Amino acid sequence: MTQEVTTVSNKYLTFVLATEEYAVDILRVQEIKGWSKVTPIPNTPDYICGVINLRGTIVPIIDLRLRFGLPCLEYGPMTVIVVLRVISNQRERIMGIVVDAVSDVYDVIETEIKPPPDFGSVISIEFVKGLVTVDEKMVIILDIDRLLNSNELAIVEPLTH
Amino acid sequence: MAVDMTEVRQLFFEESFENLDNMESNLLDLSIGPIDKELVNSIFRVAHSIKGGAGIFKFEHIINFAHVTETLLDEMRKAEHLVTQPLIDLLLRSVDIMRMILTSLQEGTKVDEQEVLDCENQLKSFLKTPIEVPFLEGHKSTSSTNNTIIPPTIPPIDPAEMLIEGWHINFKPYPTLLATGNDPINLFRELANLGTLEIFPNSQQIPSFLALEPQTCYLSWELNLHGQLPKTVVEEIFEWVEGDCDLEITPLKKNLPSQIAPNLHPISLVPSGKSSQREELSASSQKLNAEASSTSLRSAPIQLGQPVEIKTEKVETETQSAPPFTLPLSSSMENPTLSIEAINSPIPSLPLHLETLSLPLEDPVKPPLDSSLDTHTHRNNSSEATSIRVGIDKIDDLINIVGELVITQSMLDQVGEDFDNSKLIQLRDGLSQLERNTRELQESVMRVRMLPISYSFNRFPRLVHDLSVQLGKKVELKLSGIHTELDKTVLEKMSDPLVHLVRNALDHGIEIPLQRQLVGKSETGLLHLHAFHQGGNIMIQISDDGAGIDLEKIRQKAIQQKLIAPEDRPSEEQLYELIFQPGFSTATQVSDLSGRGVGMDVVRRNIRSLGGAIEVQSTLNKGTVFKIRLPLTLAILDGQLVRVGQEIYILSLLSIIESLRIKPQLVNLLAGKAEVYKLRDDYIPILRLYDLFQVTPGTTQLDQGLLVIVEGDGQKIGLFVDELLSQQQIVIKSLETNFKKIQGISGATILGDGSVALILDVAGLIQLFHGRTQITVPRSASFTRNLI
Repeated sequence: MTQEVTTVSNKYLTFVLATEEYAVDILRVQEIKGWSKVTPIPNTPDYICGVINLRGTIVPIIDLRLRFGLPCLEYGPMTVIVVLRVISNQRERIMGIVVDAVSDVYDVIETEIKPPPDFGSVISIEFVKGLVTVDEKMVIILDIDRLLNSNELAIVEPLTH
Repeated sequence: MAVDMTEVRQLFFEESFENLDNMESNLLDLSIGPIDKELVNSIFRVAHSIKGGAGIFKFEHIINFAHVTETLLDEMRKAEHLVTQPLIDLLLRSVDIMRMILTSLQEGTKVDEQEVLDCENQLKSFLKTPIEVPFLEGHKSTSSTNNTIIPPTIPPIDPAEMLIEGWHINFKPYPTLLATGNDPINLFRELANLGTLEIFPNSQQIPSFLALEPQTCYLSWELNLHGQLPKTVVEEIFEWVEGDCDLEITPLKKNLPSQIAPNLHPISLVPSGKSSQREELSASSQKLNAEASSTSLRSAPIQLGQPVEIKTEKVETETQSAPPFTLPLSSSMENPTLSIEAINSPIPSLPLHLETLSLPLEDPVKPPLDSSLDTHTHRNNSSEATSIRVGIDKIDDLINIVGELVITQSMLDQVGEDFDNSKLIQLRDGLSQLERNTRELQESVMRVRMLPISYSFNRFPRLVHDLSVQLGKKVELKLSGIHTELDKTVLEKMSDPLVHLVRNALDHGIEIPLQRQLVGKSETGLLHLHAFHQGGNIMIQISDDGAGIDLEKIRQKAIQQKLIAPEDRPSEEQLYELIFQPGFSTATQVSDLSGRGVGMDVVRRNIRSLGGAIEVQSTLNKGTVFKIRLPLTLAILDGQLVRVGQEIYILSLLSIIESLRIKPQLVNLLAGKAEVYKLRDDYIPILRLYDLFQVTPGTTQLDQGLLVIVEGDGQKIGLFVDELLSQQQIVIKSLETNFKKIQGISGATILGDGSVALILDVAGLIQLFHGRTQITVPRSASFTRNLI
């Protein structure tokens, strides 16, 4: 599942969030779908939009803008949900992330991925797997397993105090 | 022989466990005194069929053990024993032992041989007649490559027999012996297991080759078995050929070779445990080498009376499909008992081309338990999938309904082909038929998962029997409603709580006979397990007529543990509730109560996790009743849809007591914030769902919404919602599959329009609510969430 460290390039799907371009391993992407009504889940952090019905399974939706502390956009027909397969605790879970728009698919050679610089506590980089330059642009490669397993999303402990 | 036995073996285990359960319950039904023939017969059949089944797989432990048990039961069948409590106990123990052996065979773990032996000896001590060794002649002779010999169990030696040097056996089989499937070599091999064996074959009866009938036994033997053995052991070996031979077993005295006819040459069979890969038969000085065929036989050097070399190889068949038989080669060959697969003997005078001579000379004796069992068990580990037995009527139902569904589908198909408004009625009919079919199908599929509660109840007679003996109490167990069906998962999860409650009732509920007499009750206590349907629920009642729960003691204890203040006057219900508090009575010294609370919290937790509830009623000195309410199934629930603002939530219909329009004058404030509603004599806290869930409400005015009174955890609470929507059956989907557990939410479902609605968990809501009211600090300010 995870990217092997070879000279062979892997394909990454990129999407736009505010002005930044983020990338996820394309093999983890199950589908890309438009916005549909989300059922909010009470007493969860605000970046968890709620759950949707994806052909009979209940899938949680996470708003990445809110997760990264960006101002939230209004959801509408242009809003895109990227449905990802996340590995957590040795099993696969399906989750959706809300992004501004899907951008492109790039071939990224693994060795060209640079580790993210340390910003100290200014910006949390724990979900960033690395940075890579494509066409003179910086693309942030996300570690989705970390991102979607962190804190409140972890299955293990319940949220309530 | 490449049949995959794994499945068969699995079946054998399943059947055997089931049989053992039957045997156990039959044993418990046995009454002390004269034999109930019918009952003993059916018990006997169980032991017998387990022995038989185990024979196929050569599970030696179980064969031996079941055989001993069977023998005892056979004697009982013949009314040689009276039923006594020790006898029943012993047989019950043997059931346990068999179960243990089977389990360890299934899981590939080691059998506790000591215990098996222990019980086996006890069984034997009950026997009136000496035991015969179970001899699997049928299975053995067919599997010539994997011949196994049962290690004989040696009973204690009679002191009188200690002096005996050994036994002289005069064994003259009738010519028809081979036709019964017995092969003398097997007998000898078993004898050789007991000690040093000398074999003197007498081949004088063998006719000329032309007159030789290969299926006839012409030989007789005289054997000297050296070793201090009881005669019964020797007799056991010949048990199976009894009636097919003349047999004489006499004690062997020292220096008495004269017993043997002078013209016979001795052959000695070394105990096979010691012989490694080969067995040597030494006869006279001359040598005959039979080389085993490469396929099945390992080399077995045989020394015979003639300098002939027999080479065994793969042979072209002349004798088609000969059954296993012994080949008396010729009178000049002194040791004809060898039978070898595929012999081509180049002896000029004997142009034999025999295909199958079964001749178990080929190194048979590998310790069967070590080698063959290991391979079995490895395979067993992988086959642990649980299965379910479904009655054929249920399957037939399903097929019928599916048939109807197909018809409906084709009907709708036809309607849709060239549809116009005139067919509207047809369409509507078709759709309603479809709906009916779907519901029936759903119900039938659910029924497949249903098992009668007797699966769970059936273990209690034994438990009660054992415990009452242990505790010195007299208890009558009454089971009723054992055909009530429950979902398999529910049933499995209920097992432990039920055992716990029954144990409690026996341990703390029902008093010892003396005490019962003192309070004027009959000596024998009654424990009643009752299952029945009530509404959409399964009810299980565990009632005893014992001492009951002393509420005063609970109160004292609670005060002691500072659960309540001394001046509190808790209601009965609240006091009973304390029983379910974790660790409530663990520390108590009050003997009558100790343990009443141990694990009761676990019991309740298990029941709750199934969506059920437990309550207790007790009268001092009259008894205690535990009532367990369980949902019929876990996957589907009757739901009431409620609306709060834009959101739709689902409440289980079972949790709703009533719903009402709020009269503002009945709303009171407690301490200025907590709202309570006066419902008849009760004050019920009001939980504003929109507030708890942070959703934009349709209204905050209590009189404009509805109050749904729900019950969870034995507490009532009023949920303030905007309105009630429809009631419908909903399929429960787990939130945890892709997300995680959220307090107050038990799951989600998909509504008709494809959107997701959350199912409320009343008990969780109440906890959440209490958490909020107790911790008055407002929840984190980050709840300014954007809703759609």
